Amino acid sequence: MSEAVDVPKALTRKDFVSDQEVRWCPGCGDYAILAQMQKVLPDIGVPKENIVFVSGIGCSSRFPYYMNTYGVHSIHGRAPTIATGVKAANPDLSVWVITGDGDALSIGGNHFLHCLRRNVDLKIILFNNRIYGLTKGQYSPTSLSGHRTKSSPMGSIDYPLHPMSVAISAEATFVARTQDTNTKHLSEILQRAAAHKGTAFVEIYQNCVVFNPTAWDHTTDADVRDDNILFLQDGQPLIFGKDLDRGIRMNGFSPEVVNLSEVEESELLVHHEEMDNPNYAYMLSRMEDPAMPLPFGVLRSVSRPSYNDLLMDQVTTAAEQRGTGDLQSLFTSGDTWTVE
Amino acid sequence: MAESTAVPVDPSAGHEMDERKSVVILFSGDSGDGMQLTGDQFTNTSAVLGNDVSTFPDFPAEIRAPAGTIPGLSGFQVNFSSDELYTAGDSPQVLVAMNPAALKANLSELDPGGTIIVNTDAFTRNNLRKAGYEANPLDDPSSFSGYELLQVPLTTLTRNALEDIDSLSTQARDKCKNAFALGLVYWMFSRPLETTLRFYETKFAKMPDVVEANTRALKAGYNYGNTVEAFSGRVTVPSRAVVEPGVYRRITGNEAVVYGLVTAAKKANLPLFYGSYPITPASPILEGLAALKNFDVRTFQAEDEIAAMGSVIGAAFGGALSATASSGPGIALKSEAINLAIVMELPMVIVNVQRGGPSTGLPTKTEQADLLEVLFGRNGESPIPVVAPATPGECFAYTVEACRIAVRHMTPVFLLTDGYIANSSEPWKIPEVDQIEAIAAVHRQDPEGYQPYMRQEDTLARPWVVPGTPGMEHRIGGLGKQDVTGNVSYDPEDHEHIVKTRAEKVARIADFIPELHIDGPEEGDLLVLGWGGTYGAIREAVARSQAKGLKVARGHLRFLNPFPKNLGEVLGRYKKVLVPELNMGQLAFLLQAHFLVPVEKLNKVQGRPFQIREIMAKIDELVD
Repeated sequence: MSEAVDVPKALTRKDFVSDQEVRWCPGCGDYAILAQMQKVLPDIGVPKENIVFVSGIGCSSRFPYYMNTYGVHSIHGRAPTIATGVKAANPDLSVWVITGDGDALSIGGNHFLHCLRRNVDLKIILFNNRIYGLTKGQYSPTSLSGHRTKSSPMGSIDYPLHPMSVAISAEATFVARTQDTNTKHLSEILQRAAAHKGTAFVEIYQNCVVFNPTAWDHTTDADVRDDNILFLQDGQPLIFGKDLDRGIRMNGFSPEVVNLSEVEESELLVHHEEMDNPNYAYMLSRMEDPAMPLPFGVLRSVSRPSYNDLLMDQVTTAAEQRGTGDLQSLFTSGDTWTVE
Repeated sequence: MAESTAVPVDPSAGHEMDERKSVVILFSGDSGDGMQLTGDQFTNTSAVLGNDVSTFPDFPAEIRAPAGTIPGLSGFQVNFSSDELYTAGDSPQVLVAMNPAALKANLSELDPGGTIIVNTDAFTRNNLRKAGYEANPLDDPSSFSGYELLQVPLTTLTRNALEDIDSLSTQARDKCKNAFALGLVYWMFSRPLETTLRFYETKFAKMPDVVEANTRALKAGYNYGNTVEAFSGRVTVPSRAVVEPGVYRRITGNEAVVYGLVTAAKKANLPLFYGSYPITPASPILEGLAALKNFDVRTFQAEDEIAAMGSVIGAAFGGALSATASSGPGIALKSEAINLAIVMELPMVIVNVQRGGPSTGLPTKTEQADLLEVLFGRNGESPIPVVAPATPGECFAYTVEACRIAVRHMTPVFLLTDGYIANSSEPWKIPEVDQIEAIAAVHRQDPEGYQPYMRQEDTLARPWVVPGTPGMEHRIGGLGKQDVTGNVSYDPEDHEHIVKTRAEKVARIADFIPELHIDGPEEGDLLVLGWGGTYGAIREAVARSQAKGLKVARGHLRFLNPFPKNLGEVLGRYKKVLVPELNMGQLAFLLQAHFLVPVEKLNKVQGRPFQIREIMAKIDELVD
């Protein structure tokens, strides 16, 4: 009789579109990420009102305004801290952090590390375009050495960070990479991140059409991209190339590219996401063009109790062991005296 | 039972008993000598006995500052009285000096005729050198004329008393010399040993030999006092005659903040989230709350001050009662996020336990120099309410009140305490929890007509809508915004409107707080106006001046933004206004700016509280 009430209306992409006009530059990679997020969320099994997007500052950080969910557009680099508080106050929420290479790795580096280390149950989606876009084109912590920008006219003299390597070093339990233009892969990875318990870190190669438009050409141009990207699949050997004719095997302590016409497939590395030891995932995160293909997909997905579960466990255990707190007896604990 | 009371049957036999209204004792020794614990025990015992007590712990910032030196000293001053007390006393009448440095640093503070107990065993050549003595001062009795000097070989006597406790090393046994000293002081002031004996049993429950050693040392010290005829007389300080009936305990300011936060959360029927980064002198609040998880307290030790503040904002957005505490340098780091909280208009309490600044400054010493920091230390127009309790016990009620203001007016609130009231203690009448008014924390459920920045007519507070509530999904942040809708807006009129609205919202809190109460003449020559932890010294100084016949009135501000509504009018009723502050004149600056009145200043920035006589001297100067 009350079926119509009990079964919630199936959500669609439109439910997640807010009434705000989207103000990114025409052609910005952010549009594709926004569209995929709005497509994925109806299917993750979480009521819309239980979803919170938290961002910092930067072009990507406008994202929450365009999602018809709860959202906080916070301050530069601090989104993980705010998201941690939201999740601690209400562990039932699905909390997403939207950040960029400058926001997460420069001004917010400390929070990024510690959020991962604690395994707070958040999704951190990092839009990496290797440039400061909102401030109009200064080099970022992922800009390549030598990159000429407005603030590095003779070329950047900084060495770049590798976001996934940083995440793995910081004890991340879920680390993945995808790209704005590969909508199918992007969609898959967002779903995987949504399902992970603990901090899920996703690096998205995102194109800044205005200030760094060629940054990811080697991964998007149809004639070269397949030779530069290795799509990871759990349990499968590491094989890549337009004709799937090359693979990765170990040579001493280093991975090397081999030609499958010369090497047996059994000699290749086989991908395992769930390896507890992070060394293999770290090795993958350091594979770089042009010598090596860039790994896309889930590098690491291991299970470890989240900060929120552990926190609430302590709250529950304390109440079980000592009884739900009673203020009057708390105040009178210790030495007291009575004045008649 | 019999064992724990096995002190001599009539300890006063054969000794003169001298009754006094109050006594100030200073325990001073190396930071490893256990002086804080010793002072704490003496205070507890005196409080349980019915004295009023007030304490001033004073310790170095270094965990193990160089032993034997003056910078390495840790002191605990306790004032106990048969009357009401407001401060830990200007100067001690009894000095317990565990080493030469303690004697050298404190002798000049001791009242004339005062008593000195020294541990002669510590007066070695090495220690004398470290304290800066060229010769042993104990060899020259003339330097102690006017004092009563008791030379006690504390270490030797303790060793002798514990000789047969083989399970403890000599070092461990020597640690009990503070218990011996405490026992001796208990004898001098006719205190019972029970409270401390019980404390040893609880604190060292897992180490029976340590309980035994401390128990024996304490009793040995007591018996030593009774046995040797070295003392001119014993002293009693009777319990207070007139005290409000009730159950009492001792409480420090930091403990009272912990209890206040837990109580406010219970009264608001919300979980308490507390995000904090360890910092002196605020860390005990984090530690205190971490031990209370059974009250649904969720503590988060953040990676830095900024993260602590961010987490508190997130938890407030998520619907918890949220708080953080820090001290000046940490508040500086939090300032950007505090502005986000102001713009998001979310309820939370930020405690600033002030210490000596600027920069790292004097971490373990007190000061009141962050008033202007919390009011103005942020970019843009950034109004925030500021509440400042006056005593350790008051920290409880004003913490609850700060939470109430935060929730009712949807705003972050500063609670300003200081190192002095945070660490000092006083008797606290335990409140009846049922009598504390509930905090009406409402998470709006009705989506009909909802706008994120729609406002309550009287308070201008916006609704508190938390994630998980269907139909009111909204996005807010730090960008300029339009009132009511909360939409991002750079429109000039929108910006000016919301800036003025935030200011008006905080100003209207004045409608909800009590007027300033004045103690003394309604008008006259002088009003002494204070705020925060200077309360005790000001109160006592004004009371003594009034007793001398001076027409002096006194007021103490607990609300510094907004001010009580009658403040301007009160200031106008006196010929002169004196503002004593442990800073260079920050409240005075505000009063002059707000009310265009001349203000006399008394300022002290020495990392120490005011002495009563310092304020009395200023009053004399102004009234004569």
